[in-house]
Amino acid sequence: MNTKRTAFYYLLAALLTVGFYFVLTGLIRAGVIGKYHADMLIPVGFYIMLAVSLNLTCGFLGQLPLGHAGFMAVGAYTSALATRYLPFEGALGFWIALLLGALMAAAFGVVVGLPALRLSGDYLAIITLGFGEIIKGILLNLNFTGGARGFKGIPKQTDLTTVYICLVLTLFFIRTLINSRFGRAIISIRENEIAAESCGIHTTFYKTMTFSIAAFFAGLAGGLYAHYIGVLYPTTFGFDTSIEILVMVVLGGMGSITGSVISAATLRLLPEMLRAFLDYRMVIYSLLLIVVMIFRPTGLMGRYEFRLSKIFAPKGDKSHV
Amino acid sequence: MFDDTKLYPLPSGGYLTARDLDKPPILDIRYLGIDFGGLRALTDFNLIVGRSEITGLIGPNGAGKTTVFNLITNVYQPTRGSIILDGVDTKGMSTHQVSRLGVARTFQNIRLFKDISVIDNVKIGLHHETRYQMPEALLRLPGYFKREKVADQRALELLSIFDMESLAYKPAGSLSYGAQRRLEIVRALATNPSVLLLDEPAAGMNPSETGELMENILHIRNTFNIAIVLIEHDMSLVMGVCEGIAVLNYGKIIAKGTPEEIRQNPEVIEAYLGKGVRE
Ligand SMILES: Nc1ncnc2c1ncn2[C@@H]1O[C@H](COP(=O)(O)OP(=O)(O)OP(=O)(O)O)[C@@H](O)[C@H]1O
Ligand SMILES: [Mg+2]
Repeated sequence: MNTKRTAFYYLLAALLTVGFYFVLTGLIRAGVIGKYHADMLIPVGFYIMLAVSLNLTCGFLGQLPLGHAGFMAVGAYTSALATRYLPFEGALGFWIALLLGALMAAAFGVVVGLPALRLSGDYLAIITLGFGEIIKGILLNLNFTGGARGFKGIPKQTDLTTVYICLVLTLFFIRTLINSRFGRAIISIRENEIAAESCGIHTTFYKTMTFSIAAFFAGLAGGLYAHYIGVLYPTTFGFDTSIEILVMVVLGGMGSITGSVISAATLRLLPEMLRAFLDYRMVIYSLLLIVVMIFRPTGLMGRYEFRLSKIFAPKGDKSHV
Repeated sequence: MFDDTKLYPLPSGGYLTARDLDKPPILDIRYLGIDFGGLRALTDFNLIVGRSEITGLIGPNGAGKTTVFNLITNVYQPTRGSIILDGVDTKGMSTHQVSRLGVARTFQNIRLFKDISVIDNVKIGLHHETRYQMPEALLRLPGYFKREKVADQRALELLSIFDMESLAYKPAGSLSYGAQRRLEIVRALATNPSVLLLDEPAAGMNPSETGELMENILHIRNTFNIAIVLIEHDMSLVMGVCEGIAVLNYGKIIAKGTPEEIRQNPEVIEAYLGKGVRE
């Protein structure tokens, strides 16, 4: 891969990213996409972030955590507390709150990850499931966050632009992580843990790190959610939500970021488009899951990734960025 | 330099070749033993491996050969005895730490990173040699591109030992059985070891592949100047490349010596080689 061509792809990717944003906001301003539908794009954004971050642990590290919504809750409540109590105003305060929420979730990732990842398989699933429920239970009983009555009055600062920026950053960082020596270390654990150790990979460290990074982005999504919806209820972050995110990952393909993006967007948009079916969302999810698992057990995309260089590369060049 | 394969007995009961005599051994294993429940899988295992020696470890099925490798790499913790690796007692370390101290291995039942490319398998072996930090990776700073390029080149260079460069971008799991075994050796070499442990590298290979492997093993020792411990049932390979051989039976060493001595040892013939093994 020569430097000039690499630079070309980066420039092109940046242009497409910015271009897509202006087309999208342009369409909204022109009224082609109505206010109602434009609002719907915001949850699509943070659900993609949730799916992609969970894919890091499921698809790339090869573990099965069932408490992803717990990290989202930590991010949501932390950021909501931050905008309420910290002395920063406006956009700065909002960004600081988002970052704090993500960092707190990452810290929880380490705390949960260290003991949980010593076990694996079913045990890990059960421990993380327990974690999600514990977080929910604690939040239900915490008075200063409103308990079961909900954390109300969070400033609704999340707009399409913020979500878009966070989404692009999430995708960029997870992608660059995966395609680095750190990403290879993560994947080697999925492929064969004993072989990874014997190649000098500190598997416990990388598992915990991956867990924590996934939690970071889930926490960021949680912060966006809090400032989008304006009020937080602990029950939102239960097992159902964790499973909903997991379904997105499995449908899109474990180990395909592209797949997670497509399936999270589809699963969020499809039921809203078909308003009549809104009540049957979980039914549609389950049916879709069954159908895809029968006909494509690896998920829609398998481990395929969309790459600009695949489109433009000269025939036979297989060394993609 | 590697032509003289005469072994010299040490006071400790080990052997070394003349060229390794004046240097401390790379591996010094004393009274090593492990029990699995009631089963004494290994007892009183002593072995000294010189810094550039090719040592054979042979014996019937279930004798404890693979167990020795699992102990050296700390996959298992020993019940008794000690392993001194290049002067360092590895007691209590984890497998990745032992790897960084210079032990690399292949597996009897191949353990490749099957679903990723051949070159990425090797680059995982190069993990610690590919020195860039997390920010450089996440932000794609110049250091990332530079070191990745070096890693690519190094990986291809290592693959060229077995003429496997053309397979670099194939999924490792799609390779033939023999090629997978060779890839495991390349991946092990990528970790820059001072001891290479090969667990039945010729298993499943045809005679011509085994012949090539013999050349390759000698070539690897001679160019990398490392010690190799070889578990193998194919006697032509063992007798062809090993300078010293240890024979295990029921978890105990029953003989040590040069290939010639081992071939003529009545106890070894009785327990393992059987009659009529000359080549
Ligand atoms: N993890 C373990 N738990 C219990 N028993 C074990 C374990 N690992 C090995 N053993 C037993 O230890 C003995 C030695 O096994 P080992 O795999 O070292 O034999 P080997 O010499 O490599 O044989 P082969 O030539 O068949 O590969 C066998 O009886 C085996 O069943
Ligand atoms: Mg064995």
